[in-house]
Amino acid sequence: MTQDNRLPAPHGLLIDRQQTLTFKFDGREYSGYAGDSIASALAANNVWLLSRSFKYHRPRGILTMAGQDANTMVQLPDEPNVLADREAIREGLIVEGQNYNGSLTNDRDMFVQNFARFLPVGFYYKAFYKPKRIWENFWEPYFRKKAGLGKVNEAAQEQYFDKKYEFCDIAIIGGGAAGLSAAAAAADAGADVILIDENPQLGGALNYARFDVEDSAAAALRQQLLDKIAGRVRVFSNAVCNGWFADHYLPVICGNRLHKIRAKQCIVAGGNIEQPLVFHNNDLPGIMQGSAAQRLIKLYGVRPGSRAVVATANSAGYGVCLDLLDAGVSVAAVADLRTDPPPHPLAQAVAERNVKIWHGHTVYEATPTAGYRHVSTAAIRPLSGRGTCSSGGDTLECDLICMSPGYMPAWQLPCQAGAQLGYDDTRAAFTLENLPQGFALAGAINNSTTLAAACRDGRRAVATLGYSLTTENNDNTSDEEAEEMINTDWHIFPHPRGKEFVDFDEDLQVADILNAAADGYDHVQLAKRYSTAGMGPSQGRHAALSVARLLASASGKSIAETGITTARPPFAAEKLGVMGGRHFNPERHTAMHQQHIALGAQFMPAGLWLRPAYYGEPHARQQCIEKEVLAVRNNVGMVDVSTLGGLEICGSDAGEFLNRIYTGSFTKQAVGRTRYVAMCNEQGVVIDDGVACRLHEQHYYVTATTSGVDNVYRNMLRWNAQWCLDVDISNVSAAWAAVNVAGVKAREVLQRAGCDIDLSTEAFSYMAVKTATVAGIPARLIRVGFVGEMGYEIHVPATFGNALWQALTAAGAEFNIQPFGVEAQRLLRLEKAHIIIGQDTDSMSFPHEVNLEWALAKNKPFFVGARAFEIVSKRPLQRRLVGFSLPADSPKPKEAHLVISGEAMSGRVTSCEYSPTLNKIIGMAYVTPQQTEIGTTINIRTDGGVMAAAQVEALPFYDAEGARQKL
Amino acid sequence: MLIIKCPWCGERTQTEFSYHGEAHIVRPQAPDELSDEQWADYLFFRKNPKGIHYERWLHAAGCRRFFNMARHTVSGEIYATYRFDEQKPIIE
Repeated sequence: MTQDNRLPAPHGLLIDRQQTLTFKFDGREYSGYAGDSIASALAANNVWLLSRSFKYHRPRGILTMAGQDANTMVQLPDEPNVLADREAIREGLIVEGQNYNGSLTNDRDMFVQNFARFLPVGFYYKAFYKPKRIWENFWEPYFRKKAGLGKVNEAAQEQYFDKKYEFCDIAIIGGGAAGLSAAAAAADAGADVILIDENPQLGGALNYARFDVEDSAAAALRQQLLDKIAGRVRVFSNAVCNGWFADHYLPVICGNRLHKIRAKQCIVAGGNIEQPLVFHNNDLPGIMQGSAAQRLIKLYGVRPGSRAVVATANSAGYGVCLDLLDAGVSVAAVADLRTDPPPHPLAQAVAERNVKIWHGHTVYEATPTAGYRHVSTAAIRPLSGRGTCSSGGDTLECDLICMSPGYMPAWQLPCQAGAQLGYDDTRAAFTLENLPQGFALAGAINNSTTLAAACRDGRRAVATLGYSLTTENNDNTSDEEAEEMINTDWHIFPHPRGKEFVDFDEDLQVADILNAAADGYDHVQLAKRYSTAGMGPSQGRHAALSVARLLASASGKSIAETGITTARPPFAAEKLGVMGGRHFNPERHTAMHQQHIALGAQFMPAGLWLRPAYYGEPHARQQCIEKEVLAVRNNVGMVDVSTLGGLEICGSDAGEFLNRIYTGSFTKQAVGRTRYVAMCNEQGVVIDDGVACRLHEQHYYVTATTSGVDNVYRNMLRWNAQWCLDVDISNVSAAWAAVNVAGVKAREVLQRAGCDIDLSTEAFSYMAVKTATVAGIPARLIRVGFVGEMGYEIHVPATFGNALWQALTAAGAEFNIQPFGVEAQRLLRLEKAHIIIGQDTDSMSFPHEVNLEWALAKNKPFFVGARAFEIVSKRPLQRRLVGFSLPADSPKPKEAHLVISGEAMSGRVTSCEYSPTLNKIIGMAYVTPQQTEIGTTINIRTDGGVMAAAQVEALPFYDAEGARQKL
Repeated sequence: MLIIKCPWCGERTQTEFSYHGEAHIVRPQAPDELSDEQWADYLFFRKNPKGIHYERWLHAAGCRRFFNMARHTVSGEIYATYRFDEQKPIIE
């Protein structure tokens, strides 16, 4: 198709006529120019219908051309809800309409609007609940199907997103006359400035609005200001500042990059948001804001129609009128809501060009073309009161209605920053007050709407932030032209047949807001939630003023009292990809990681660490784990335990410190001995465990759980900040690598590897700790029995971890040493009933519930949690961790399966595995005190609701005397 | 997002810090002399004021040291940060 609506240069600041691009919309091919948005290129091809409305499936088209409304939302192959007036066209781009049944031009669901009076505001709450279950089974699925917008393509190609940090003295949001002027003044004053603007080209309204009859002032001023800031200010174009957070932290989205800007101070020069006139059928394609028509003409060189009606209440509407005339659009009439407007050069110029001007009139209703696709007439009626018209006026054929009845300041960012919205009755406009520290407004948002006033206000804003202006910038001349009143005090015209849309996103009409108030929801916050006004993609940008005025009139309150709903980030829709940024998942590898890979390990996460779960192919997972387990039980195995937390506690009070931090007793612990440690929080709950090795009178090496060590370390620091004991605490987890060699041949492996100390039981007994060299590597050797076999935990500086693993592999070869992973270790310890904190305990596990009474020292003043435990232990026991077993062939319970007694749950499974050593299923579960007796049958509900009867067993399941670990 | 002045490292962004509840809660010297109720008060009951709050923070992704802060719970304004061994500032 040809671009019939394209205007000749100089119209079209953003487009490059040398580059023609072709794209598809709804199956048809169109051409546009580089720089076109989807909406502008379609408009150039005389395509105005872009989408279907949310509820009534009414045809919608361009409203703002500012990327701020839901009317232009279209579907791209990989992305729904794309704003057609912001997204640039690309060669071969495929665009579809969305939210229709049939086709965009013939939407079968448009019949819904005929039932609008049966779908009153709040109808979800009022209807569809009878008969029982009809909501869940019929209406909800129906509405979900009908009411959604775009479709998510789950096979969409992944994109690259990232984040960047920026810092500056002053961040200026909005690059129009005021923002540019502020940027120039701030740069003159020596500030480091970032200027953020959401459009492709700086200048704001200077690019498209008309400030003088000749239409020359804006372009000249723009060039002058751009020259002033060139090279002195960092400029972010096509960048949306999506929120204001404390201490001027600004998320600025620029394509797929999120800039996190920390500014010392902020100036918001975000301008005004033009509001729609509310009249019957005000949503038809061809009805748009005056500024939207100007953007089409000036930015994209597109003629917005052939015959227009302009409805306005300020001089900007006359600027629109002149722009239309210059673009070859005939203007059938101007309806000026003001009865006796002050003279203005723009209005004068319009009158001189023989355009019929109706003062004290409004566009009261519009009618559509056949097929309901575009506006075809506008009825102009004289105003007879607030929101009412009398007969008279005229009905004019037109294909364009431009609305310029007034503005809202872009309140979102200032209000997020804590500013309050007031209402100035004399100007019929919202104002922003009580700005926070280091925050200033400039330009139209601050009611400075003329060019001179906006520029002066930009400079003033810099001065209010504490900068001294240069003499050139410091002009105190007052504006000779009086500030114009840009709003009318009423712009809403209820119609007997409704369809006067207040909120286009949510298809809300005047009656919906009034009915919400009549139903008792007359507070603006309640009305929003009840009616959904302002909840759509444009977040009330074009509805807030109308809603405030309607609610104020319905409730008899002032507009200032009524206000608008709380502004919260984000300002515009943002993609989850922007929030997520780069896929950045740091993971920690132990020193032996490459060895594990070479051995075919399957890894599992443990905190940030990756640990071998087992060695072998995933399809043979169970066999691999059993093989590893049996090797440890019958021969010898080795496991990488480098991820264990390690803490060095040194100082003359080290023993006393551990006495307070851990539940056991440490002052009498002999040097060279190791003790189990359990830690409680002050509420008496078990939160970590490990072993404490006394290396010297004043030096303990303490282990902690992999995922708990950071918290343990933090707790230690926090407590000692209060106790001030003579102790030095360091977290050395990453400094040490460790391997546990376990099994009857562990000693032989170590001897073969070369160890410079006597390893015999007599010289190095169970729970002893020694420093030695292993294979020439300096090491701490700890005889512990987590897996229940004779074993040595060999801790070496992390640098030597890989060498240690290799040495042990070589030394163990003749003994068939088997590397084993976390899965085998878990089963081995389960056979020994050693609890894992966080798996067999939860945030309410007290020591006596998990059989740790033995670890609580009675003969010391206190430990953290002792007093609370004393209180808890006086109460009846609620539950206890017991062992249970099932025959090998019964259904296997899993962690978190419930223990059921009669109709009630009486506990839950915390660990459960099949033990090849014992040839039965074993596990641990919390049960009620009545179920703890050995031999009690407990019923566990396994997968699919299959019940399994388990026997309570004595713990541990394996080697109750602990003979094997003491060999 | 707040800027917080760590007493050791200076001004850093809030994401480097973690919050650890009300400050100046001293562990009673003789827990056994307190009733269960008094102990529960120490453990669980906090001021939770609307206004100035003295609270404990940790420079978790920095020097990893604890410090105290006087902050307004409504505005988020920070009046002071100070070490454990420094006097609690009186904020009017």
